[in-house]
Amino acid sequence: MKISFPYMGTSHIAISYLLENLGHEVIYPPKPTKKTLSLGVQHSPEFACLPFKILMGTYLEAVEAGADSLTTSGGFGPCRAGYYGELHKRILHDMGYPVKMLVLEPPLMAPLTFYRNVKSLVRPTSSWTNFYRVFRVAWEKLRALDELEGLLHELRPLAVSKQQITKTYERGLGYIDDAGSVSKVLEAKDAALQDMRAVPVDETFTPLKIGIIGEIYVVLEPFVNHDIEKMLGDMGVYVHRSIFLTNWTKDNAVSNGEKDIRAMAVPYLNQLVGGHGQNSIGETVIYANKGFDGVIQLAPFTCIPEIVAKSIMPTITRDKGIPVMTLFLDEQTGRAGVETRMEAFLDLLKEKRNKQEAI
Amino acid sequence: MDAYLGIDVGSVSTNMVIINEEGQVLANLYMRTQGQPIKAVQEGMRKVEEEIRGKNVEICGVGTTGSARTLTGVIVGADTVKNEITAHAVAASFMVPDVQTVLEIGGQDSKIILLRDGIVVDFAMNTVCAAGTGSFLDHQAERLNTPIEEFGSLALQSKGPVRIAGRCSVFAESDMIHKQQMGHSAPDIIAGLCDALVRNYLNNVGKGKEILSPVVFQGGVAANVGIRAAFEKALGVDIVIPEHYSVMGAVGAALLAKSTAKEKQKTDFRGFAVSEMDYQASSFECQSCPNLCEIVNISVDDEILARWGGRCGKWETLQKTG
Repeated sequence: MKISFPYMGTSHIAISYLLENLGHEVIYPPKPTKKTLSLGVQHSPEFACLPFKILMGTYLEAVEAGADSLTTSGGFGPCRAGYYGELHKRILHDMGYPVKMLVLEPPLMAPLTFYRNVKSLVRPTSSWTNFYRVFRVAWEKLRALDELEGLLHELRPLAVSKQQITKTYERGLGYIDDAGSVSKVLEAKDAALQDMRAVPVDETFTPLKIGIIGEIYVVLEPFVNHDIEKMLGDMGVYVHRSIFLTNWTKDNAVSNGEKDIRAMAVPYLNQLVGGHGQNSIGETVIYANKGFDGVIQLAPFTCIPEIVAKSIMPTITRDKGIPVMTLFLDEQTGRAGVETRMEAFLDLLKEKRNKQEAI
Repeated sequence: MDAYLGIDVGSVSTNMVIINEEGQVLANLYMRTQGQPIKAVQEGMRKVEEEIRGKNVEICGVGTTGSARTLTGVIVGADTVKNEITAHAVAASFMVPDVQTVLEIGGQDSKIILLRDGIVVDFAMNTVCAAGTGSFLDHQAERLNTPIEEFGSLALQSKGPVRIAGRCSVFAESDMIHKQQMGHSAPDIIAGLCDALVRNYLNNVGKGKEILSPVVFQGGVAANVGIRAAFEKALGVDIVIPEHYSVMGAVGAALLAKSTAKEKQKTDFRGFAVSEMDYQASSFECQSCPNLCEIVNISVDDEILARWGGRCGKWETLQKTG
């Protein structure tokens, strides 16, 4: 199979390793660009949300590059993203690309479908033992990638040269990409972390702390969120992201670790509203309890779960005193509007902190 | 006399004010940007200079704000470049010290800012639709063949405002045309539009916000008495419109410039002569990746002053090293 998959943050490093070592030819997913966006918008229903359109564009670029199969995640519940794989497939078929679409549903919810789809990925060219071996390496890579990113968020606001820390991090991604066994991944990770820690920092500076919450795709893919983590980091803010791919995968595939987050949401929202709506509430409560200065909610324009969450935020702000700002993301590529709001939000948080310190 | 210049270059208007040490406005200017921010700034500088000529005023600091704040900052040599939300909040709390809510409606955007004990605690800015902004009102005034200055007072003559959809400018316009063709009077339609705009504003940017008085209403649209009356009706409180309501962003920028310049003890102001200089803006499409970023160069006398527009920061960096 010539297989491709959606680009999301840095996860392609682990996913392409997995697929290649199962014996597939991987068509490297193109990093989303304005071209991806234009293609996606042109071939998507107008009212679909931004993740649908970017994925549509990504798939079109991948099939143009020769992919005959695509793999993506599915989903259950009231969020329409659960149907996106199917709809993407039909659009691609209508356009004359007879592509095979493997939608990996959460295994806890649909064990049989999951098994069948994984089997079709594993069995043609590989064995279950090989799958287990390769999967462990890929999983270790994902964890390493998340750890590197976590450290990047910690160091970026403090780094004397923002460019140097970004470059060092990107070099570290290369180490992880090159590693071919669990022990090599761990070595690569340690080397990358060490390099990053060697970048000169200003220890005297206490950055503002902001939590990033919202819908998973727009939170994880920098192209669609205007590189918000980098933008804030360069402005000297420590950002903590609520979602990392490893915790999402683990929580949805192996156990239900999101229970804790959802439990925190219960006083405000005691049921699932689809997507990450309830998580957004729970995470905001957690950030408030941990003493963060503020929270930024990222949501695709028209995303119902996040709209529900947004309307509850003022109550949390009133109870816990944590400022929350919501950014709805759509096709616009102009960054000015985002920058303006971000600057104003940081001014607000700084003033608030100064006032608290004065008391 | 020491004075400070504030410049607010927005999508529709370019505003400038000069304030003295006490924050009193010595000169103010409201003009149209007409899509040419560089030209507007240069012309504004000429006019402002004329106004203060011979009055022994020395500019000790300059601040810029508005959507063209970075560009303007480079042209005039600003000491501080601030977003318009902070600038508006600073100006409102200076003019009305106990203000708790600021409603601001400009040409292309609208904002709400909540202050408590003099600090900003929350704000929102319209994200998706321009239905509630000045340029939409402008457009409708033109369509009804009514000067925008009379738009508000016409609304006050209405006995029974009609209902107009407020959520989207396309919906609003088709509703208005329909009511017009049904034979409703212009004052009733305009009053209906004012109500719709206010409803949309409170529902969109004001959603979930605790609006406490004193409520200050500023921005170009504050000139419209119809909108003011609609706000008073919807909120059930008195609305304060500050004297310099249309140039509050510039007032804020000037106040911020004052504090920055005092801290730095100098100014980067390039002088009023900038109105005579020949600024060129050129752009090209970067071909390094499929993002095809549009890079803009701002130069004067073939010397590049600034460059921006890239996603990866590559061009901005070149500017610093070269």
